[in-house]
This record gives sequence, structure tokens and C-alpha cells, in this order.
Amino acid sequence: MPAIDLMSGFVAELRRAGLPVSLTENLDAMEAVKVIPIEDRDAFKYALGATLVKNSSHWRVFETIFEVYFSLRGSQYNIVDPSDDQADEFWRDEQDQAQQGQGEGRGAGGGGLEALTPEELANMLMRALMAGDQAMMRALARQSVARFAGMEPGRPVGGTYYLYRTLRNLDLDNMLAKLLEAGKHTPQRDTSNLEQRLAKDEYESRIEQFKKEVEAEIRRRLVADRGAEAMAKTLRKPLPEDVEFMHASREEMQSLKKALFPLTRKLAARLTRKRRHGRKGALDFRNTVRHSLSYGGVPAEPKFKYPRPAKPELMVIADISGSVAAFARFTLMLVYAMQSQFSKVRSFVFIDGIDEVTKYFKATEDIQEAIHKVNTEADVVWVDGHSDYGHALEVFWERYGKDINPKTTVLLLGDARNNYHASQSWVVKEIRKHARHVYWLNPEPRSYWNTGDSIVGEYGGHTDGVYECRNLRQLEGFVEKLV
Amino acid sequence: MTSTFSSVAQVRDGLKTLNYLADDGIAGVVYLAQRLGKPVLIEGPAGTGKTQLAKSVAELVGARLIRLQCYEGLDESKALYEWNYKKQLLRIQSDKKSDTWSDVHDDIFSDEFLLTRPLLEAISAPDPVVLLIDEVDRVEVETEALLLEVLSEYQVSIPELGTITAKQIPMVFLTSNNTRELSEALKRRCLYLHVDYPDLEREKEIVLARVPDISKNLADQIARIVRSIRQLDLKKAPSVSETLDWARTLILLGVEHIDAQQAKETLHVLLKYQTDIAKAAKELSVVE
Repeated sequence: MPAIDLMSGFVAELRRAGLPVSLTENLDAMEAVKVIPIEDRDAFKYALGATLVKNSSHWRVFETIFEVYFSLRGSQYNIVDPSDDQADEFWRDEQDQAQQGQGEGRGAGGGGLEALTPEELANMLMRALMAGDQAMMRALARQSVARFAGMEPGRPVGGTYYLYRTLRNLDLDNMLAKLLEAGKHTPQRDTSNLEQRLAKDEYESRIEQFKKEVEAEIRRRLVADRGAEAMAKTLRKPLPEDVEFMHASREEMQSLKKALFPLTRKLAARLTRKRRHGRKGALDFRNTVRHSLSYGGVPAEPKFKYPRPAKPELMVIADISGSVAAFARFTLMLVYAMQSQFSKVRSFVFIDGIDEVTKYFKATEDIQEAIHKVNTEADVVWVDGHSDYGHALEVFWERYGKDINPKTTVLLLGDARNNYHASQSWVVKEIRKHARHVYWLNPEPRSYWNTGDSIVGEYGGHTDGVYECRNLRQLEGFVEKLV
Repeated sequence: MTSTFSSVAQVRDGLKTLNYLADDGIAGVVYLAQRLGKPVLIEGPAGTGKTQLAKSVAELVGARLIRLQCYEGLDESKALYEWNYKKQLLRIQSDKKSDTWSDVHDDIFSDEFLLTRPLLEAISAPDPVVLLIDEVDRVEVETEALLLEVLSEYQVSIPELGTITAKQIPMVFLTSNNTRELSEALKRRCLYLHVDYPDLEREKEIVLARVPDISKNLADQIARIVRSIRQLDLKKAPSVSETLDWARTLILLGVEHIDAQQAKETLHVLLKYQTDIAKAAKELSVVE
């Protein structure tokens, strides 16, 4: 495929994945490619990255797509003839060393990694991981994929299946324990706790790297089989800010968490600025008259009061039952990370019973720890641990209703799936009468609202607005509006 | 004397001689910036050597570094140019009789009465320069627009004088700590470089290069401990500069090999929040 077609396919795929690539950036990339040879794959990747990706959180997505489109480029990445592979060279080196060292070689003519039994392969992997031998790890990754993944052309199976098969055969789950055990018996290592801890981190990162190698190898083979475009489609993942809270995988959750803190910092900075530079306040009559004296009593220079918008008081009432727990956790984290933007924050969580959790956040500076306490210690189960909005709201009104005043903004979080209990929506109505604003945030897509046992419409009618909050982008937009 | 880079490897090696250890990404983007004549926007956590990169590149190509430190409230007269109105006033008062109005007018709006500020200075410099626009995320969104003409056309328009175009294209580095999203217009004009915490090997080399008299063993241990600490969920992960501070501290204390106790006692050099220190101390002394 000519390079220009490959490039335009690549850029089109980036756009499909949600990266905002403008025309000028595309042209820049073309310029950049001219001065960087495609053979230098790393430099090539960074050149494309520098011109096309302008947000560090998009880098992962870019990398994946890059691997798909350009993994077959460059001579050392050929997979046409596996026996002629680099792996063999490494193997021979390794074998030579083994022969010299321990005399247990299996004969130089014995032919490459293919001849090994799975156990021997696993042992070699362990040695490579112990020594941190990058080249060997790569060679082994290739060999394992060729051997264990059982890939057949045209088979409609995803890459994760092959990954699973390969890793299972290598018994990678127990590898860390084995490595640690082996590390203890190496005489020159000191065995203090600190050293062990460091060694563990080191091995973990090496194993992680090996997994990446395996993944990359599988991807390479799949691309060779199916073509870049089809492959990119199956690998397409949402950007961190578009990941849905309700369906996020563990890995996605991690990346979300990472994205959250820079986000709160940005939001806080933006809001402070907005507050300071916002529109002018009402005319300051006294000040204007005083300044008019220098113009002979003509009020030529009107003075305005400095605007001091009050920071809102916030009450967060969150459903933390299974289906929406991730969303509630996130919103709480976001709210507490920017609590300086509010004059007071109180939070309540419920499933079918309700409990105030403000104290957990007050007790510690560490938000993660507080969230953990909320999950484990809050008393939120009343009867059966299935969401009952009606009962929770009723109890809330009874216990804390009197604390709602005209400065309070109340946030209700949840999917309003009430398991066909009584809605008690009069509570929301009452809250709205007393509070400054009442908002409802729903993590479900709008099209699911009011289907099945969802009664968000019934509550929503009594609020100042119901917002769809499926991902970080929407949540960010709402918080900015709120302050 | 300026030099033009001929390959990525040359950039990397050149920077290395100046004790700046660039990875592939950094070297690649610097090379590209020079070849394409485009500004580089460097983003990343504080203390990862963003500003230092610009300084080192300036040293490498033998150019003068012109620095514009951004802050809230930065305006045209601080970033681009300003008329020296005191001098203009003197000029008008000095010989009132001899000049006609148009003479005076033409005269007081000439180069002599122009105070150049960093951006204009970089554009009009006859010698090679590297322009560093530091912490660009601190200016307001509106002020960003000031930079656009300079960054894309390498020119400055002054209504009274006309357009001043660069005599030679300077290398431009913008740094940002990412406290806010920069405008699309600015990002589009730049090459983007995200500088993250270095990986284990590179951090070790940085420590070795930057801290005199440090042993290989100690540097290795420092790098590994710092990596473990960065993996924790902290308010503020230790930056490279803090790693270096820590290494220097340990050297001063005469430590050859760090044990858990010493690590705990010197953690405050590395971490700046009490909760972080407590967490790290706990993690480091316990094997899960």
C-alpha cells in the first residue's frame, strides 16, 4: 500500500476514534513524515504523535491505532517467515551461553525455540524476566504466541481470546510469586523489606512489559490476517473522557481516576478565574460620586461594585447500589476534590436506607480512603439492599430536611430504578421549595429513562433539571454549570 | 554559531553532552521542530525538565535564550512591544520650532522609540535565538491570541510601523503545566510534546549525570524507590527535580545504601504533603 493511502487511512481512523485532527495538523504530519524515515519506527511514531495528538490523554488511543497501521512496516517487524526470525538469533546466543556456562545445551543444530517443551519455555521466560533481558522477552513473546495462541486465518475471534490462551499456557499468573521466591534465594540480594518491595515492583513491571509484547505480537498477526482497517475497528476504544461510568472496565476505571485529578484542577482554576473576571456588579453610587469630584462633580467614570457571587452550599444525595456505584463514587470524588469551590459540602448515600457520610471526608484528606470508608462503613441497607428511592428520600426528609435552606443546592445522583417501590416524589417537591436548586444526574443514556422500573421522569418533574451524566465529559460540563 | 541537526540521534547525543538526557520522543520532536520550523508545546507535570529542555537546546545550537515568563494579566506591552512615550515626549519638546508636524510624527514612531519586549526581540534579533514562552497556561485565553501571529507567521504587526518579519526563524518552546486547556488555535500551530516522568533507566542516568560523586548502586536504588513511590496514589508524585534533591541529600548524609529507616527519614525531600509521606512510609516498609 502506498504510504499516502496508509497515512490517510490512519488519520481517518484517528478521527473515527474521536481524536480531533484538523486539516492543518494532517498536513503537518505529512511534512513531518518527509523528514523522518519510516524505517526508524520510534521516531516515526513520535513525529506523527507530535503533529496529530495534542492531548496527552489521547496518547494511548493513538498508540494502539499506530500499532495497527504501521506494525507491519520496517524490516525487523516482518512475520512472513518465522524461522528466519530474530528470535532464532537470540535463541542461539542464549543457547551458546547456556552451553558454555552449564553445559546443558540441547545441541546447537536442534533448531530454535520451536523445539522446546512448554515447561522449558516457561522456565526460559522466568530466567529472562529475572534478568530483565528485553530481547529474550520479545523473542519469547513471539514464540509463545506462535505456539499457544492457536491463531487460524479468518477465524472471527477477538485478540483478547488469543491473549488469554497464550498467557494461560505460560502460567503468568503465578510467575510473580515464583520470581519473588527465586529472588529470595539469590545470595547477593539483601532481603530487607524495602528491597523485597522494590524487587516486586520491578518484576511486576517486567511481567507487564512481557504481556504488552504478547499483545503486540497478537495484534501484528491479526493485522496481517485481516487488514488494518478491520482490525482498528475491533480495537476501537473510547477516549478516557468518553468512557461510560456504568460499563467501565477495571483498566478504564484506572485511567478515569487518573484523568479526574487534572480535571478538577483545571475546573477549579477556570472557575476561580471566572469568578474574578466575571461581569461587573451593580453601580457603586458612593464610589462614583467620590470619583466624580476629580471631574468637577461630573460622574464621568462610573464605578461598579465588585461582584461577590456566593459560593453555593452543596448537598449530594447518591444512590450507591451496584449498578450506579461507580458513577456515585466518581461524582463524590469530583465534588470533594473541588470542595474549595463550595462554601459547604454535605453528602448522603443510600440504597434503601440512607446515611450521612460527610464525616468520612472530614476525617481524612485522602479522598480515596474516604470513598473506601463510604463503601464499607456507611449504613445504607434497610430491608433487602435493593434500591428504594422512596424510602431513602422519606428518611432523608425526616432527618435532614430542616437543614435545607435557600443557599443549598441539592444534587441527586442515580438511575431512579426504584424496583417498583413507592416513589415518594413529594419529597423532591418539598426539597425544591426550600432549596436554591435541585438537580438530578442520571448515568443512564437518555433513551433508557422511564423504561422498566426507572421513574426518573416522576422525580425529574420536581427538579430544576435532569442531566445525563454518562461520562467524564458530561460530568465536567455539569459541574462547571453548577458553580 | 548555529548548527542544523541532521538526525534524531544527533540531537539526542548533543543533548546528552550537556547532561540533558532526552528520550526518543523528546529528541524526535526537537529535531522535527527545527526541520519544520514549528514551535513546540511542551506539556507535563511540574519538575520534569520542560524549561530545562529549552535551555539545553539553546546551548546546543549556540543560540541566545529569550524568555517570556507568562502570568495572569500579561498584556501586549509586556509581551510584544511598547512605545517609549517618555522619550517621545522629550523628542517633541526638544526642538519645537524647526520641525513640521509630519516630521515629528514620522520621527517619534520609529525604531528608536520602540521598546522591544521578548516576542518582538526574538523576531527581530539578528543573531540566532531560542524563544522560551514559559507557563503559557497562566495567561488568559484572550491573551493567547497575542502569540498566534508570532507562532505561525513569525512576524509582529505594529500599526505605526508596519509588519516586522523574522530575519531568521527562531526555535520556539512553549511550556504548560496543564492547569487549563489551551485553545485549539494555539495547539494547532505547535508540535505537541508530552514530557512525563522518565522510566527507570533514564531516571537513573539523569541522577548519575546530574549528581556528582554518586555511586551506580545508589542511583539505581534511588530510581527504583522513586518509581515505586510514583505508583502509589499520591496527591503529588515526586518529580525529577525532587529525585535529584533527594539524591543530593543522601550524598550529604553520607548514605551509601538506603534502608527503610533512612528512606523514611528523608522522604520529606521527595514528597511535600504529610498524607503522602505517611502513605509512602507505610508502603515502603511493608511487603504485601
